[in-house]
Amino acid sequence: MIISMTLELKDIPGQLVLALAPISELHGNIMSVVHQHYEKTPRGTIPVQVTFEIEHRVLNKLIQRLEKSGVRVARVGEERLRSTVSVILIGHIVHSDMGDTIDRIDSTGFAEVVDMSLSMPAIEKTSSAYLVINAVGEKELGMALDILRDVADKKDLLMIEPIRLNSVEA
Amino acid sequence: MKTIKISIIGFGAVGQGVASSLISKQEYLKKEGFDIRVVGISDSKGSEINTKGIDLEDALNRKKQKGTVATGESNALDLIQDVEHDIVVEVTPTNIENGEPGLGNIRAALMSGKHVVTSNKGPLALRFTELKETAEDNGLYLRYEATVGGAVPIFNLVHEALAGNSIIGIEGILNGTCNYILTRMAEESMPYELVLKEAQELGIAETDPTYDVEGIDSAIKLVIIANSIFGQNATYGDVDITGITKITPEALELANKNNYVVKLVCEAREGRLTVAPRLVPKRHPLAVGGTLNVASILTDLAGRITISGKGAGSIETASSILSDILYIARNS
Repeated sequence: MIISMTLELKDIPGQLVLALAPISELHGNIMSVVHQHYEKTPRGTIPVQVTFEIEHRVLNKLIQRLEKSGVRVARVGEERLRSTVSVILIGHIVHSDMGDTIDRIDSTGFAEVVDMSLSMPAIEKTSSAYLVINAVGEKELGMALDILRDVADKKDLLMIEPIRLNSVEA
Repeated sequence: MKTIKISIIGFGAVGQGVASSLISKQEYLKKEGFDIRVVGISDSKGSEINTKGIDLEDALNRKKQKGTVATGESNALDLIQDVEHDIVVEVTPTNIENGEPGLGNIRAALMSGKHVVTSNKGPLALRFTELKETAEDNGLYLRYEATVGGAVPIFNLVHEALAGNSIIGIEGILNGTCNYILTRMAEESMPYELVLKEAQELGIAETDPTYDVEGIDSAIKLVIIANSIFGQNATYGDVDITGITKITPEALELANKNNYVVKLVCEAREGRLTVAPRLVPKRHPLAVGGTLNVASILTDLAGRITISGKGAGSIETASSILSDILYIARNS
């Protein structure tokens, strides 16, 4: 999961390292650090915004370690739905209970169907749907797509996914 | 002047295109220092053999009038094995069941000391490693630029111009028929069946379109790419294939509204081979229309390189064949 934290550091040398070290120690991947040395809080501490990817199960351990070393954890928030993908489904979508499929994705907690348009030319003809799925990260997006692939496979829907080689590019 | 003796095995659209190109390029080839002499041409009914060089105009006229180029009963294998020459141009039709007659022709050529230039996908999709090793063991060239992408020089680009790069992945549209059908369906909001009929009337789709629209042709080409570029030992069965027959005009319209086009895309990446309809952003270099083919190659040093061009046609295919003949002429 991707976490965004606001930490408060004492205004003495070496505090930033103190704040970041536990994240790396717990195998977190730091994505951004915003450190404004001259914007002090009313408490005289210096706020730092850190965004990083980390396993959910070590989050509490991380907060404990930070607090123990004198770094105040002022805010913890999950950065949600940073990744997005569009897909098209073709087949007897209405009969296949699309609501159930969307529920399955939404109930994962890490992905949501945020947009859907349906085009039905006539009853008994195949219909087509365009879906946009957002997820907290690329890995989760892949898992959401797996759910959709599974449904498409079982309900005999053709699923058209975007080209992929782009995502490899830096 | 270096004399290169060649045979043309198979005298359909591609074989005739090669003959026409050799006629129209005679002066050019002389300037390059080559006298390319066709000593034998075979079709399904027999062969014409002339060790001094066949009159290609005559051969083309005879084919047009009599339906065959044959002036004698020697078959392709006789010509390949018994007539002394340098390069066998194997352009018989693709057969994906067992690769014949192309496979036997190419084996015979390599076993009797002739280089091979081919547009025939069957033998390469079925027996790539075997044929490549036979060629190498005998110190011969096996060139097959025309098998994938028609006039588009994918293999030359990767093996020569991009030498030194590691190829991360390749995506491409390698079947002009499917590209034409999807392009027309999107432009005219016409259903698949109607556009297919139109394509058949225009000669863009075959009477039995299965081979194209079910993604089989694309898959065969992808196998050749996987083997040639990624050194895989893949065959047709290794490709995950989805065709275009289920695609609706409504789906294309939904894609269009969201700035996508739908294309039948071949993908080779991380050892996995897939042919499937894909959403391609409209402004992406892969989003080419009509019957065009395109290949986008992601490399470590050069980044992304994309080339597109005509994927079929007798003269266009002959362009790739001529380029392979000249490669051998220059390097042998």
